[in-house]
Amino acid sequence: MQMKLKLTGTKRTRSNAITYGIVVLAFLLVQIVDGTGNLTSSLRGQLVPICAYIVMAISLNLTVGILGELSLGHAGFMSLGAFSGVIVSVSLQESIVSDPVRLLVSLVIGAVIAGLFGIVVGVPALRLRGDYLAIVTLAFGEIIKNVINTLHVGIGRNGLRISMTDQASLNLGEGGTVIIQGPIGAVGINKTSTFTAGIILILVTLFIVLNLVHSRSGRAIMAVRDNRIAAESVGISVTRYKLTAFIISAALAGAAGALYALNYSTVVARKFDFNTSILVLVFVVLGGIGNIRGSIIAATVLTVLPEMLRAFNDYRMLAYAIILIIVMLTSNNDQLKQLIQRATSIFRRNKDSRRKGEESTHA
Amino acid sequence: MPSTSKMVPVPSRAIIPERDLNATPILEVSHLSVHFGGLNAVEDFSIIVGRTEIAGLIGPNGAGKTTVFNLLTKVYQPTRGAILLDGNDTAGMNTVQISQAGIARTFQNIRLFQSLSVADNVKIGLHNQVKYSTMSGILRLPSFWRSERRAHDEAMELLSIFNMQHMANYKAGSLPYGAQRRLEIVRALATRPSLLLLDEPAAGMNPSETEELMANIIKIRDMFQIAIMLIEHDMRLVMGICEGIAVLNYGKIIAKGTPEEIQADPAVIEAYLGQKKEA
Repeated sequence: MQMKLKLTGTKRTRSNAITYGIVVLAFLLVQIVDGTGNLTSSLRGQLVPICAYIVMAISLNLTVGILGELSLGHAGFMSLGAFSGVIVSVSLQESIVSDPVRLLVSLVIGAVIAGLFGIVVGVPALRLRGDYLAIVTLAFGEIIKNVINTLHVGIGRNGLRISMTDQASLNLGEGGTVIIQGPIGAVGINKTSTFTAGIILILVTLFIVLNLVHSRSGRAIMAVRDNRIAAESVGISVTRYKLTAFIISAALAGAAGALYALNYSTVVARKFDFNTSILVLVFVVLGGIGNIRGSIIAATVLTVLPEMLRAFNDYRMLAYAIILIIVMLTSNNDQLKQLIQRATSIFRRNKDSRRKGEESTHA
Repeated sequence: MPSTSKMVPVPSRAIIPERDLNATPILEVSHLSVHFGGLNAVEDFSIIVGRTEIAGLIGPNGAGKTTVFNLLTKVYQPTRGAILLDGNDTAGMNTVQISQAGIARTFQNIRLFQSLSVADNVKIGLHNQVKYSTMSGILRLPSFWRSERRAHDEAMELLSIFNMQHMANYKAGSLPYGAQRRLEIVRALATRPSLLLLDEPAAGMNPSETEELMANIIKIRDMFQIAIMLIEHDMRLVMGICEGIAVLNYGKIIAKGTPEEIQADPAVIEAYLGQKKEA
């Protein structure tokens, strides 16, 4: 009995190790392909966005899969992280010379700001359930987009200045820099994001989410998801753990946003609209709700796919949609599932008998 | 099987086991009422449960038995009346605080954490017993490893009450019905209650399973020295292990007493079998 218990313990750590391994392997693979000069420039340009979307997908999976609440405004948190990251990066241009350090500070502050908004949105919204929470988060995403669209931020002698009307009212004076110009967005960003930084952010995200899930708090979060009444009856504060998951999810989305924004020289608020929220939700649903590794794979494939489909020209988005529908249908096909299950059970049986053989020889 | 302690009357016409006489009763409910709109779901419900008593709550369907459990655990707030747990007033507490104060329960329609493993279900029951912060969980600090080991050991020990250790890694939702009911009891025990409420623990069990359950309920009481209050329709179980029984009909207590007294009570017979036709 003790034997069997240990076995599942190692199985869980092994499953986590595979997830980390896939990310590291992908990183090495890209480095090799890039080193030999086989990486197309369009794909190279997508490396950092892919990393950002993977972090977004993992973070949304924490809300949708682990916490079991539907959020349709995740791009809002990404946007908050993106613009606060840009502001930090531009403001600290002179004081922090090292690019990686400035990026790190930007990511952390992007995450903190998004996390703070996670509290502001979460405290009232998490009292709602199901469709109502979805509507509130949807509205939140739109509000964030529209507010940032009218925002003017600059830095001058008097420090950071913010205006909701126009650029002139910033009063920056001589030598001031405008960071965000309302609908034009943030311009003149120093690109500091790198693929390596993206991979590190993914690994940190995995570390946080996987460790959270397999801990006391993670169990409490999943208990609330599975049965709220039973969770309360064993003394778990539902609001507290819903909020914990939501804030962590928002903060990670903020870090993803900062990584994404600092990969471009300009970034506009419209980029983080409802479509982006849905896109990330598609990653989560396609990769399997609650399945972290699935989110990573789905985010990668679905970000690369539109580029791969360039050959179809005008029919690109049509082909993309058709592929999505086909994958959704086949991944929910019972006959197909049974087939896969049968195949894996044969494989497992072989492995088990081999293990038994080993045990008997040891005995 | 039932404890041989004699039942003795205590003030307010309630009875508790003689062995519990010198201690504060674990539960003292007086004049508890709840109204839903015009419906008096529970009306003037008073009961005293001794520290190590096994108490029964019976009555026809819709009599308000589960509502009493929901009032005790603050799923509903009472319209009137007081609930004293171990001598302390529970007014103003919520479900979470009640759990921490020492009342645990199972549910009539099983409420497990279906997608999680059996061991995780019990560890969730240990939530307020084995504690460490979210941060030390994420950062895998020493307190995480120490507490997780303790939680694992305690979960296994609790599962061993029902000989369920070998099921620890199964998904809770995949267990057979009887095992799911037993797991709910284990999860409730994990919160270290002083009063355990069982809502139809024998529902859906066959006679031999029920027999085993009866022995286990007594075993739990003796092991943990706690009070157990149960709702049950299986009269063999109720009459076999309950020391004090209260009968509820239309939200009101119609009889209180020992199993023998209840079986002979004309009001109870009428509630269950209907009024005798006048010849």
